[in-house]
Order: sequence, then C-alpha cells, then structure tokens
Amino acid sequence: MNRIWLRHQRALTPVLLLAPAATLFLVFVIYPITASIGLSLYDWDGVGPRRWVGFANYYELASDPVFWTAAANNLLWLTLNGAAPLLGLGIALLLNQAIAGIRIVRALFFLPFIISPVVVGLVFAWFFNTRFGLFNEALSWLGLGPLAPLDSEDGAIFAIVTAGLWPQVAYCAILYLTGLITIRPEMIDAARVDGARGLAMLRHVVMPQLRPVTFIVAMVCIVNALRGFDLVMIMTGGGPYDSSTVLGYYMYEQTFVSTRFGYGAAIATILFVLMAAGVGVFLWRLLRREPR
Amino acid sequence: MFPAPLHRRPRAVQAAYRAALAASLSVWLLPLAAIALTSIRSMDDLNSGNYWGWPEQPQLVANYAAVLLHSEMTGFIVNSFLITLPAVAGTLVLSSMAGFALARYRFKANLALLVMFIAGNLVPFQILMIPVRGLMLDLGLYDTRWALILFHTAFQTGFCTLFMRNFFRQLPEALFDAARLDGWSELRIFWQIGLPLVRPALAAMAAIVFTFVWNDYFWSLVLVHSNDVRPVTSGLQSLRGMWVASWNLIAAGSLVAALPPVVLFFLMQRHFIAGLTSGAPEE
Repeated sequence: MNRIWLRHQRALTPVLLLAPAATLFLVFVIYPITASIGLSLYDWDGVGPRRWVGFANYYELASDPVFWTAAANNLLWLTLNGAAPLLGLGIALLLNQAIAGIRIVRALFFLPFIISPVVVGLVFAWFFNTRFGLFNEALSWLGLGPLAPLDSEDGAIFAIVTAGLWPQVAYCAILYLTGLITIRPEMIDAARVDGARGLAMLRHVVMPQLRPVTFIVAMVCIVNALRGFDLVMIMTGGGPYDSSTVLGYYMYEQTFVSTRFGYGAAIATILFVLMAAGVGVFLWRLLRREPR
Repeated sequence: MFPAPLHRRPRAVQAAYRAALAASLSVWLLPLAAIALTSIRSMDDLNSGNYWGWPEQPQLVANYAAVLLHSEMTGFIVNSFLITLPAVAGTLVLSSMAGFALARYRFKANLALLVMFIAGNLVPFQILMIPVRGLMLDLGLYDTRWALILFHTAFQTGFCTLFMRNFFRQLPEALFDAARLDGWSELRIFWQIGLPLVRPALAAMAAIVFTFVWNDYFWSLVLVHSNDVRPVTSGLQSLRGMWVASWNLIAAGSLVAALPPVVLFFLMQRHFIAGLTSGAPEE
C-alpha cells in the first residue's frame, strides 16, 4: 500500500484532495437537480406512493393563472432590477474619492448587502406600513397618499422589488467601486490630456474598462431576480390573492402548503431552465478564457 | 482616478462634495435609521401614535433586554453560531483541498469538475429543495443543526473551490518543483507551502461564507422546524407572530439578528470585498 502511494502520489493526490468536496457536492447539489427533474413527472403528496403522470404537471402549469402571475412578477423583477447597475454605478462614482473617513462611508453604503434578507424584508414591511410607515409619512408631506402598497394587488410586488433593490444596488456599488479602483490611472490621465471630461470620459474611457464588471453585475441581477423568495415570504406571503407571488415562492407553497411535491418540482424545473439559460452565457464566457 | 480627485479643487467644491455624500448616505440608510429609532421606543409611544417623533421614554436597554432575556432570541442566536461556524470551517477545509487539486494538477476531469462546482453554485435553491429534504430525512438529520451544517458546507464549497483555485493558481510553479526535488511528499507540499501562502484568501472566504450562511432563510425553513435548533433568521420570523404589534421588539430583534455579519464586515472589509469580486473573468 505504502509503496503504491509513493510511486503514484502525483496522480493520487488530486483524487484524494478532491474526493470529499466532490462527493458532498454530487450528493447534495448535483443529484438533487436530477431527482427534482425526475419528480416533476410524478404526482406525489410527499408521503404516500408516487404516481407517474408524464408531462401532466407541465400541462397543468400552462393553464394555471397563478403560475403565469408568478412568472410575470419574476419578469417585472428582472426589468426593474435594471435600475440596480445604474444606481450602483452612481454610488460607486460618488465613493471613489480619497478623503478621510471614506472607508467607513463606503462600508455604510454597502451595509444593505450584508444584512440578512429577512431583516431587509422586515425593515421594508415597516417602511411601507399603511398606518405609520415612513413611505406614507413622506407621501403626506408631499400632500399625497396614503397608499397601502403591501395590501394592494397592484402594488405589493413593487414594494417587494423596491426592497430587493436596496441590497442589490449596494452589491452593484461594491463591484463597480472595485472596478473603478483597479482601472489603470495612465488610461484616465491620457484621456484627460486629450480633453475627455465628465460624461464623455465615463462613456468612452471608463465604461469600456469596466466591461467585465458590468458583465458580472448583469449576471448577478438576473440570478437574484429569479431567486426571489425571502422578501416575498416575509413581506406579503405572496398575497394579496397570490398577486405578489414569484416562481420561487409559488414552488415552495405548492410543495409544502398544498403538498403537491410533483407540481412543485415542475415549477422548480422551469425555474432551473430559465436560470440555466441566463447563467449559461456567463459560464461559457468565463471558461472561454481558461487555457486548456 | 475617475472621477477626478477633489483634493486639488477649491474648498467650496470639497465642502459641497462632503454635503452631498452625507445627504445621500442619510437617505440611503433612512429605512435602517427608522428601525433603529423604533427599537428604542416604548409601547406607550407606539400606542399613542408617536412613530416618528423623538421617543418619549427611550428604552435603550429595556427592549433589547426583553428580546434577549425574555424571548427565545438568545437561543436562536446560539443556534446560528452553532450552525454557521462549523459550516465555515467545513467549507474552508474542503474547498482549499479541492481548489489546490484543481489549480496545481493536470488531469482529464479537471475542467469538468470546475464547471460542476461553478454551475452547481448558481442553481436556484428550489430545484434542490425536495430531494435535499428527502436526503436529510433518510439520514435521520432532518430537524437537526447537522442538516443545515452539512448542506451549507456542500453548497458553499462550490463557490469557494473556484475562489481558492484562482488563488492557488497564482503561486509560481517553481516553488512546488523545488520542494519536489527535495523529496517532499505532495500532501506536505499542500500543507506546508500551499496553504500558508493563501492565508488572506482563507480569511476572505471565512468572512463571506459566514455572512451567506448566517443570513440564510430558505434552508432554515426547509430543513428544520423545532425552535430548539432554529437559526435566528427563521426564529425572528416566528417571533414576529408572537409580538404582532410590538414593532419595537421586532425592530430590536431584527437589529440583533443583523449584527454579527455587520461586525465581521466592518472588521474585514478589505478581505470581504476582495472575495466578492474574485469570480470576475479577467480581461
């Protein structure tokens, strides 16, 4: 045994080092993906026997109005998340100055990203509260309101997406600020000598340099728009009347509240396919740069 | 530097910049300030409709004491630590081993494994939910802290392996060749040369994984349900049902739940940000 090890250790070491991580990842991440896709073809209450139903769960989804509401809300989330890169870039530009105390100021701007989504949800449930929320307080100063976004079928999802934007903008600001700091100063100085200023400089010199960052930012915004669950659960529970549900939340609800595990798995599979389409581009681009 | 540094500009411009910074920061953190202010209000304040004025009888201690001493909050916080710390340790061990193997050895499945770790980390949790819960039930770990520790360790290992691999890859090959010429075993090279050189990366990983695991809400709903093992995220939500209109307690509880990752972030800001931006494709 010892002799085999000594002779082949350069081949065996990577196997040994990878085995625990790969095993755990295969068991708890890769296998569950395939198991969920398989389960989506069954009717199952989570306890009793499973019954094969083929694509029946998917046919049912096609005519399930709540499923389409959820999908539309995810799309809305995705669209409104488009504000995050812009605001994040704005904050990053604001923070890219070397003044005393800037480190603390930066950290405070990034804070929403560090705070648990549960707390973000509670903070915004309080913010949008009809009776005493700061939102209505502000509206009344403007002579408007009161509005009850969390109790309204049209407004609830907007309140949730707004809450989601808070940490999302903070994240984008972190990524953009890091990008701005790593731009080579010669580039900027040379452009400045050529007379580039302000917005023109931003557009023609800085943004091209930030392209890899913008790419990551876009990816993260897409992934998080599809991942939405915590804020929906905390702020509205999908209501009123399922108006603010999203795919991630509807899946959870169908599985554990309605105990329709197969149907839940079908929703999860669709979510997975949507994510794969978005993320595939990212991975392809990441790996194209890897030397073989 | 872009925008142009302000320290060469007139004092008025600098003052205007500081004012703009302070104003935008206050607006940005307004929701948080509101909850901090609420956390020290008395019930009398809330009942009499004093939501936004100065607190009449500030309860700097009383509300926090009520939350920490007379609710299950302290237990939830302890649970969060008992789940998060082992998960962080497990993730660091597994991902530094796997990252080293992927960075320093050539073999056929190398790229495929890397893709697996990255791709697996980006999937929506919902696609894993039912089978992972089933696995934990089969293993007899459902509704124990181990279910959360095990799952978080497995999942976080994906992202961290990519991160550690990128770090190990930057080390010069000559270092390792020299050790091999001296007759060092491969494992000793990993342990005594590789690991000590990536210590900053390990610190960054620890901070990030701590935050992700601490803040997790979804899996704490799916894998546990007893209050004895619940972490602070789902614990807070369950206390909300009990405290209904006591927004001052909910606010105090929220701030307590948010605190540990925030403290860690302030202590390790640089490491933390280096870790977050490490997945970027270099151009």
